[in-house]
Amino acid sequence: MYEFLKDLDKRWIFLLMFLSVTIPIYIIAKTGKSFPEVPSVLSEAVFQAVEDLDEGDPVLLSFDFDPASEGELGPMATAFVRHCAEKKVKMYFMALWPVGPQMIDDAIAKVIHSDFPTLVYGEDYVNLGFKPGNEGVIKVIVTDMRELYTTDDIGDNIDEIPMMKDIESVQDFDLLINISAGYAGTKEWVQYGSTPYPDKIKIVAGCTGVQAPLLYPYIPNQLSGLLGAIKGAAEYEKLVIDKYGGDDPDPKYLEAKRRMGPQLVAHLLIILLIILANYIYFVERRKEVSV
Amino acid sequence: MKRSVPLLITALGGFILIIAYFIPAAQGWGEVAAIWFDILASIAFILGGGNLIKIHLKKISDKSAGWAYSAITLAAFLITLIVGLGKVGINPNPKYPEYALSGHYREIGSPFWWLYEYAFKPLTATMFAMLAFYISSAAFRAFRAKNLEAILLLGTAFIILLGRTFTGVYLTAWLPDWMSGLKLENLTVVIMSVFNTAGNRGIMIGIALGVASTSLKVLLGVDRSYLGSGDD
Amino acid sequence: MRPNIASIFFLTFTLFCKSSLLNGQENSFPNPPSQITASDHPWDHGEKIDLNWILSADDQISVKIYSIYKSVDSDPDSFIFIGNVNPGVFSLTVEKLDRKESYFFKVIAVDEQGNASVPIVTLSAISPTREWFDGGRFPLFIITIIFCGSVIYWIYRARSGLPLQIRKIAGLEAVDEAVGRATEMGRSILFIPGIQDMNEIQTIAGLTVLSRVAKIAAEYGAKVEVPTSRSLVMTAARETVQAAFLTAGRPESYNQDLVYYVTDEQFGYVAYVQGMMVREKPAACFYMGAFFAESLILAETGNTIGAIQVAGTAMPAQLPFFVAACDYTLIGEEFFAASAYLSGEPDQLGSLKGQDIGKIIVAAGIIIGVTFLTLGTVAGPETSIGSAFMAAAEYLKSVILT
Repeated sequence: MYEFLKDLDKRWIFLLMFLSVTIPIYIIAKTGKSFPEVPSVLSEAVFQAVEDLDEGDPVLLSFDFDPASEGELGPMATAFVRHCAEKKVKMYFMALWPVGPQMIDDAIAKVIHSDFPTLVYGEDYVNLGFKPGNEGVIKVIVTDMRELYTTDDIGDNIDEIPMMKDIESVQDFDLLINISAGYAGTKEWVQYGSTPYPDKIKIVAGCTGVQAPLLYPYIPNQLSGLLGAIKGAAEYEKLVIDKYGGDDPDPKYLEAKRRMGPQLVAHLLIILLIILANYIYFVERRKEVSV
Repeated sequence: MKRSVPLLITALGGFILIIAYFIPAAQGWGEVAAIWFDILASIAFILGGGNLIKIHLKKISDKSAGWAYSAITLAAFLITLIVGLGKVGINPNPKYPEYALSGHYREIGSPFWWLYEYAFKPLTATMFAMLAFYISSAAFRAFRAKNLEAILLLGTAFIILLGRTFTGVYLTAWLPDWMSGLKLENLTVVIMSVFNTAGNRGIMIGIALGVASTSLKVLLGVDRSYLGSGDD
Repeated sequence: MRPNIASIFFLTFTLFCKSSLLNGQENSFPNPPSQITASDHPWDHGEKIDLNWILSADDQISVKIYSIYKSVDSDPDSFIFIGNVNPGVFSLTVEKLDRKESYFFKVIAVDEQGNASVPIVTLSAISPTREWFDGGRFPLFIITIIFCGSVIYWIYRARSGLPLQIRKIAGLEAVDEAVGRATEMGRSILFIPGIQDMNEIQTIAGLTVLSRVAKIAAEYGAKVEVPTSRSLVMTAARETVQAAFLTAGRPESYNQDLVYYVTDEQFGYVAYVQGMMVREKPAACFYMGAFFAESLILAETGNTIGAIQVAGTAMPAQLPFFVAACDYTLIGEEFFAASAYLSGEPDQLGSLKGQDIGKIIVAAGIIIGVTFLTLGTVAGPETSIGSAFMAAAEYLKSVILT
């Protein structure tokens, strides 16, 4: 075994990883079953922040991610929009990433158009689209929204959109939901949004796994809650489904929970690989000592 | 002279913006400077596009290694550029039917939408997904219990890997309530929010000071190597 | 025992009086606050006004809240509600005002039943004024002066001949080795200056390392290839490499086509670089700048082709990947120290010494804050000394460090 592992071709490892992801995907798709989730304190904080909103409260949703990270962040985007729609809050979508508007389109089509068709564009939700400038955009709109946003995503004058009437700046929103895959994203929203205006801007976020450790220092004062990667999304999904899902929730609202299956097996594979690697290491070390 | 002017602009611009941060009347200057930069970077994109065409045309004409990829790159670049800028196949906005280019570039079913949906989206997702494979091979190669620190690192990695999935819950579900702090999912949260946060803060403070010091060196003209060398 | 007639009469009279009083309270209004004054908030952006008033005579009796309103004219109907404060509070800083407007303010005391007192209104209109200095940032200004001053002071001392030492950084020691190895093998050197633009300080720090790498490569006659993901970085990197070749005395060897633009798109760039690495198999790979998810893809590919790899970044999330896959990694501030380390110039080493003063300030701030909070918690926040420590910690956090 040692001889086989010592010079193991990387492609065997790649194949194992491929199987450890595809087999659970197949089994879960076939059986429709997924692992149970126990929501963490941070996921509950995110859920509660949305729950605390009243009907008609304005909420800004900044979708700062792209198709590359859609696999990790898409399910939480769906869950956030569903939760906001159930709470009947006013949703204002925007993006700091050039392909963010496509992510917004997907979420609107998946949730609002199909399950909440009574919501009216311009009155219940609006897509403000993408603005270039990264944190520069945040710095401006925290004090004046109209300095950058003169039209919505499709080019309609912002002053003709009914739900924009009472919005002057980001400070007028009761909650800011940010879904972030990197720069510009949650860190910038925290640095230039909730940090200078701690009483006016409240942020909850969902981010990729690699970003999550960097955002913990901002919790809870500058960042009220955080969903870390697909695990955080699955926990949040459970909370939303438990309260609003009904007896037979649509599978699109259980996407993150389903993706936790491949993640579990992939994690176990990595642990196995580390153990095998250390087995090789110790055998080699023993050989060196004996020589 | 070639380097004196950029150095002067850097120093003046930098110090004015630092002082402006403390003067209410001038606090918007930073954003203005950022907008100038965005405009410059956008114009420089033309330079980049031109360079892209030149480099890949040269590779094709030289038939150098991988020249076929250069041909694909050029074709993809030109098609996307023409389809996007020309709003090919996009219907005018119903509000302004007389303006052919008034339609939205993301119109569903348009060629640009098609390129995004069936080329850009799957390709970028594929590249990102490759991380899973590289993480597994890096884990197999890099983690060795060579000393006490490495063993601690390994132990922490196992706790996090298990605690971030249902395995963690399953393995330590038997622990009584008074020992719930030792359940893997709870240990994961403690490691992330206490140990990881403390370490990250240390690194971030070091980085922040490094950024400040480097910026000051650049503004003072002490470090000119990014302009070529220390010599003028 | 027969009840005393007088005492029954007294009890009845008292109940009657109390009941009248209660009935009277239901229909009465609280006494209004008095003597409202409005003054400009000092050292601000010209958007705040400080209000002060004398509390209602019923402040601790029946007043539940004070409601504050603003208006741009004295017309009683034009006042807009700003907010409420609790009884006992006799001041408020009104924010988000326009300094081009003049404002009147009024305060009303409101009791439990919602009865409002007679309003008191400011006698004259007042406009917020913008000061020349932002007082809220004064502590930060002092810290900036100390930090910048110490960097400049130590640069001056270093110029005066003060010997300064810097600890050995293995990653930077390896630069010469990596370039030498590439030359021996007759293969190229790949340099990636991150994927951010020139407004990112990590990109500039990366180009300072490129300067050194290009200079050694020019001396050895090795080929350096720099694909960039930003047009401006390409332009700057060309300047850097050209000047390095000039300094090395090999200007004729400089080929600007080896510094080129690929794409701004993160994964498009990664795909190109990865393909290039597999095809051309560079012997040394340098990753110096701001990186995101591409870090591991690049470093693992470099590892697969057997290149010697040196990385440097200040992106904490990517450091573990580089540490796992590269031979040497410059972690955070080591990366920013690279320029000083590689050049060995006294000026640059002096700036590192100045940076240490910043570390002392930060460490002192942490120790003082933690000590105050610990002492406050040990003494108990309810005791006077404990609350003083807690207040000091809060002042440090909310005023000095904000």
